Amino acid sequence: MADSRINVPAAARRDEAIEVRISIRHAMETGYRADESGKPVPRNVIRSFACRYNGDPVFAVRMSSGIAANPYFRFFVTARESGTLDFEWIDDAGTRGTAQAAVKVV
Amino acid sequence: MTAPLARRSMSRRRLLQSAGAWALASPLLAGAPVAVAQEMPAIPALTSFLAGRSPRWERLRLELPALADNGQAVPMRLTMVGPFAPGPALKSIHLYSEVNPVPEMAVFEFPSPPPRVEIDSRIRLAGSQRVVAVAVMSDGALFAAVADVVVTIAACLDGS
Repeated sequence: MADSRINVPAAARRDEAIEVRISIRHAMETGYRADESGKPVPRNVIRSFACRYNGDPVFAVRMSSGIAANPYFRFFVTARESGTLDFEWIDDAGTRGTAQAAVKVV
Repeated sequence: MTAPLARRSMSRRRLLQSAGAWALASPLLAGAPVAVAQEMPAIPALTSFLAGRSPRWERLRLELPALADNGQAVPMRLTMVGPFAPGPALKSIHLYSEVNPVPEMAVFEFPSPPPRVEIDSRIRLAGSQRVVAVAVMSDGALFAAVADVVVTIAACLDGS
């Protein structure tokens, strides 16, 4: 897993709102589904997602099977100084995913 | 023979008139700054989360399509009008489903105040229902919003 697509503007002015869009490839198995042989597929959803800006937590989501497969989030972060946005998520199977995006503040 | 017909056409006319009046009034209502008080859907998980507190039906807005063709991925938008500073900041927004097997859909958390409260995501819906969003402020105040969705193909969340 651990595949994601991130979209942030190339540059932002200080104190401006940065639009962050991220989509993570994940089946978000509900645990209510059966495979072809009729065996139940165990639940495996991303439980938590967090975004840090130069180390400071800025946005997080705790989720269940109520979030669609391949979770997508769009949110806003205040541009402070150039640096990185770090994304981290973990699913029920304990698989951790990470991603990074550079933020340039002019 | 004609009397019942006349009565029927009268009631039909009244119905159309009231529908017309409603159609005229609803854009005004939608644009009104003060939201109309809603009835909180009876979701046990939500009731225990609220613990007797009643959120105000203001500021927070939950946008979902009125009709969703596919319950597997329904676009959702949460917005909240400011001002936030110097007043209480937004801490979290809790999303509850009326019919999903897991009623607690998601919690969006804001460890530091966002410059703009506008969150987009895609949610799963196991059928036509109301979805409720509750915003928690740093001073403990609660704001709520509700959206009604008709789902044509439900997400098979419960395997039925």
